[in-house]
Parts: sequence; C-alpha cells; structure tokens
Amino acid sequence: MKALEVSGLKKSFGGVQAVDDLDFFVEEYETLGIIGPNGAGKTTLFNLITGIYRPDAGRVIFFGKHLDRVPVHHLSHLGIARTFQNLRLFNSLTVLQNLTAPILGLEGYGLSSAIFRRRRYFDGERSAEEKARMLLEFFELSGKEELGANSLPYGEQRKLELARALSTNPRLLLIDEPGAGMNPREIRDLLKILRQVKEHFRLTIVVIEHQMGLIMNLSDRVLAMDFGEKIAEGIPSEIRKDRKVIEAYLGDEPITC
Amino acid sequence: MSFFTSAKRFLLCSIVVYLILKGLFLSGFLTQYIQQIILFSFIAILTSLGLNVIYGYTGQFSLGHAGFYGIGAYTAAYLGAVFKVESILSFLPILALGGVAAGIVGYAVGVPILRLRDDFLAIATLGFGILVKVLLDNSDRAIEILGGSRGFIGIPKIVNLETAFFTMVFLILVTRNLIFSRYGLFWQCIKDDELASTAFGINTARMKLMAFTYGCFLAGIGGALYAYLYSFLHPSNFDFLRSIDFLIIVIVGGMGSITGTIYAGLLWVAVIEGLRIGLPAQALEFRWVLIPIFLIVVMMWKPFGLLARKESKFLGLGRDA
Repeated sequence: MKALEVSGLKKSFGGVQAVDDLDFFVEEYETLGIIGPNGAGKTTLFNLITGIYRPDAGRVIFFGKHLDRVPVHHLSHLGIARTFQNLRLFNSLTVLQNLTAPILGLEGYGLSSAIFRRRRYFDGERSAEEKARMLLEFFELSGKEELGANSLPYGEQRKLELARALSTNPRLLLIDEPGAGMNPREIRDLLKILRQVKEHFRLTIVVIEHQMGLIMNLSDRVLAMDFGEKIAEGIPSEIRKDRKVIEAYLGDEPITC
Repeated sequence: MSFFTSAKRFLLCSIVVYLILKGLFLSGFLTQYIQQIILFSFIAILTSLGLNVIYGYTGQFSLGHAGFYGIGAYTAAYLGAVFKVESILSFLPILALGGVAAGIVGYAVGVPILRLRDDFLAIATLGFGILVKVLLDNSDRAIEILGGSRGFIGIPKIVNLETAFFTMVFLILVTRNLIFSRYGLFWQCIKDDELASTAFGINTARMKLMAFTYGCFLAGIGGALYAYLYSFLHPSNFDFLRSIDFLIIVIVGGMGSITGTIYAGLLWVAVIEGLRIGLPAQALEFRWVLIPIFLIVVMMWKPFGLLARKESKFLGLGRDA
C-alpha cells in the first residue's frame, strides 16, 4: 500500500518556483531519502505535505485520503508527524512536557475533568506520562524529565524532537535535516538512533538530508531534487552514480562513502 | 470532591489567611478605608490572573483588559438594579453573570482578533478597550441608569470579606487546575511555538480563544466585585491606564505564575495606596514619580518578574502531587 502519494505538486513564492510539478510516492514501511542542494525545495515540500503551505496545484494523498482540505492540526491525528530543520521544541516546558503535550492532544480528557480533578484527569495524565517516559528511555534521555527542554545539549535536543514526533504514534514520519549542525561523530550516533527507530517503530519515513553517508545508509530509496524538480529516483547505489545528481549536487567527483 | 482534596495545602493556607483577616477586620484596627483597599487587592489579583492566562501563559498580548473588567462591572450593576439585588444570595448569580457577560464579549471579540499576532493584537485590544470606555461615557443615552460620564450610582455595597476572598480563592483554584492540565500545557506550547503546536495536533485557534474567553471571564468577575464593593462606577475606572495596572501586576509578578500574580497584586495595591496614605497631601502627585522608579528598580532586579513560571510550594499552587 502507498503511504504517501504526491502528484503534480506545485508551489511558487513570487517568481521562484520552489516546487515544480513533483510526483512521487512512498510505500508503507519504506524509508525515502530526499536529497538536493540548498534551495532545491525540500523543506517547502515538507511544508506542503504538512499543510503549512497550501499548494498552487497538485495533491497529496495519505493512505488514500486527500489532504488538501484537512486542517493542519488534524494531520497529527491522522498519523503524520514531523521534525523541523531548526529545532522547534517547546523551550519553556520540561523535557517530559514536550512529549506529554502532543500525547494529551491526541488522547485527552474534558474540561470539567480538568477543573474538578475527576478521575479521568488523573488517569489521562498518568498514562501520558508513562508513555512519555518510555519514549525518553528509548532515546536515552531518562533522568532528564524535569529539565528545561532548552537546557539540553544540541544533540539531545535533536533526540527529544525525534521523540516528540514519535509520541503521537505516527504512521508517517517526516524528518527534516536531522544532521544539520552536527559533527561527524554526532552524525554516527544519529544514524544509529534513526536505524533503531526504523526497526522498532515500523513506520514510513521520509527524510531530508545533506549528509550523504546518512541518507545512503538509511534510505531504501532516494529521490534527488533540484530547482523544485525531481532529477533522479532510485535505490541509493544508483543515485550515487547518477550523472545528473552528481552534476547538480555532489560536484564533479563521484562520492565515496 | 477531589476539586478540594487535590489542593489541601492551598485551601488550608487560605483559611488561615481568612481567619487572620477576619480577626483584624473585627478588632477595629483597620479603618473602613483600609478594609476596602484589602478587598480591592483581591479584585486586582483576580483580574490580573485573567490577564496572566491570556498573556503570561498563552502569549496573547492584550492592552484592553480593563474593557472586560468594565463590562463585568456594568453588567452586574445593571442587572442588580433591574432585579433589585440587595442580599448576598441574590448577588452571587449576578456576580457570575458579570463574568459570563465579559466572557461572551471576549469570545466574540476574540474570534476575529486572535488571528493577529503580537503588536497587531496589542493595537486591536487597545482599540477595544478605548471603544468600551467611549461606550460607557455615553451609556446614559441608551440606558439612563448606566449614568454615562456622570457615573453609575446607588449600587448596594454587598461585597464583604467573605465574598471577595472566597470568590478569589475558588477562582484561583479553578485557574490552577486549568493551568496544570492539558489545556494549560497547550496554552504554554502556543506561547512557545505556535507552528510546532499546530503540527503536533493542538487546535491553536480554539485554545487561544479558550484562554482569552476565560481570562476575560475572570476580569468580568473582578469588575462585578468592584461594582458591589465601591457602590459607584465611573468610566474613568475602566480606561486604558487601568489595563496598564493589570499588565504591571502580571509582569512584575512574573509571566506564567499564579503565585507571582498574587504577590504582585498585593504589592501593587499596597504601593499605590501606601503612598497615598504616606505622602503629605501637597506631594500626593509625587506618587507618579515614585511608582515608575519603583517599577524600574523591580524590573532591573528581576527582569522576568518576581516568579516567572514558578509556583509557591508553600501555598500549594504547583502541580498535583
């Protein structure tokens, strides 16, 4: 089954055609990597899928459902979660609260349960907290529950963002440049975590990344973009050798990694 | 039941404070005037708490809070006059209606203006506050009894220590229960990052509207108490400068802190009224030099307010144990 199908997608900002007539699909449980130079339209693509921008033309279909009329805040209920290129954690909240907020957004209790501290309030809070703690354990963030999210080191903030994206039990996870601003060693750790996520959570992943090593290692299939268009698509080893990709993005030399 | 049992410590503190105040009120140490000021400080706390929900927790900057306070005051005073309210028992529904009226107007105003952000929202709420003031100034043309710029006179003085204090305690508790629930969490998420909140399933438009409506409701309750404490209303009590008073209490106390608002409310009323009593009559206007200096010192000493995002464990206002 196709988890995500994008057809004829277009978006321009003024004179710039950020995404130009793009078609692609992602099979369920598949990991699709998207590469492309800066300004190729990768993040715009994510923003179109997640409803932050409305497309000028084309459609996005998620498990057979058109997303064009779905309010943005419903997407996470449908099972789409994302991370952001430049971390967007809830910085004044604690690590734990960064996870319980999305969980409680999904499975909550009513206003009167909150005000009158009915049983449902306590049950809801407890189960959200348990779930959040399990995720923190998975990402090796246990013991940091009560710290402020912005007091974590950068690498851990990245992990927390990933944990937050997984907190809503998504079927499709969109990861936007997880390796941005990381050194090679942190990238290796990240790759390990992403592989664990892939194995453990069984979901469909679309990942945008600049770090070739990471994307080639993680993806089942890679899509290369330039100037908003698809220039190549295929398994990592093919993409690595593709003329157009090498010219547009990787430079003259073939890559070695 | 667990509404009360989940906040034993806070209720216990409240009862102790109440007994002390009651003793003081009965002992005759406090003049009528001082007693009135103490009760007014509860009103200031309640109304500022509403603004803290809107601004401190949810991040929606409002400069028109006194407008909602005024709507609550005039609604309660008007309904009281129509239904000839004289006793505490018949006052309580009027008090609630004052809050509900302000909440309804807050909702209606919030639907269009909460789409705006930051400074634009500030200008829209500022405009709303001025609109209310102008309407109150001319209210006698539509309804004679409201008094227009002459003021609304002859409201029975019903609010006593018990009404003001326990209304405040009850609503602080409700507010605390909201803040430490998923709703309060969503409000804080919105303040931190609205886009991320939407991406994680929070209906930001609805949550902002809810915070705004609730904050205005608290202002309306504050206004209704004010009307029946002072038994006289004048539009100038609900102008832009009064909005600033509440804003100062929120900022000095700390954005996103119930405890902070309580302390700052007491402090603010004490400073203003203390200077009125302390300064000789011919130097009274000197207050408006001293108060800004006081504010500058406080903000330099504690730029995020006395208790930003912290709650007093002593008062038992934090999360449920």
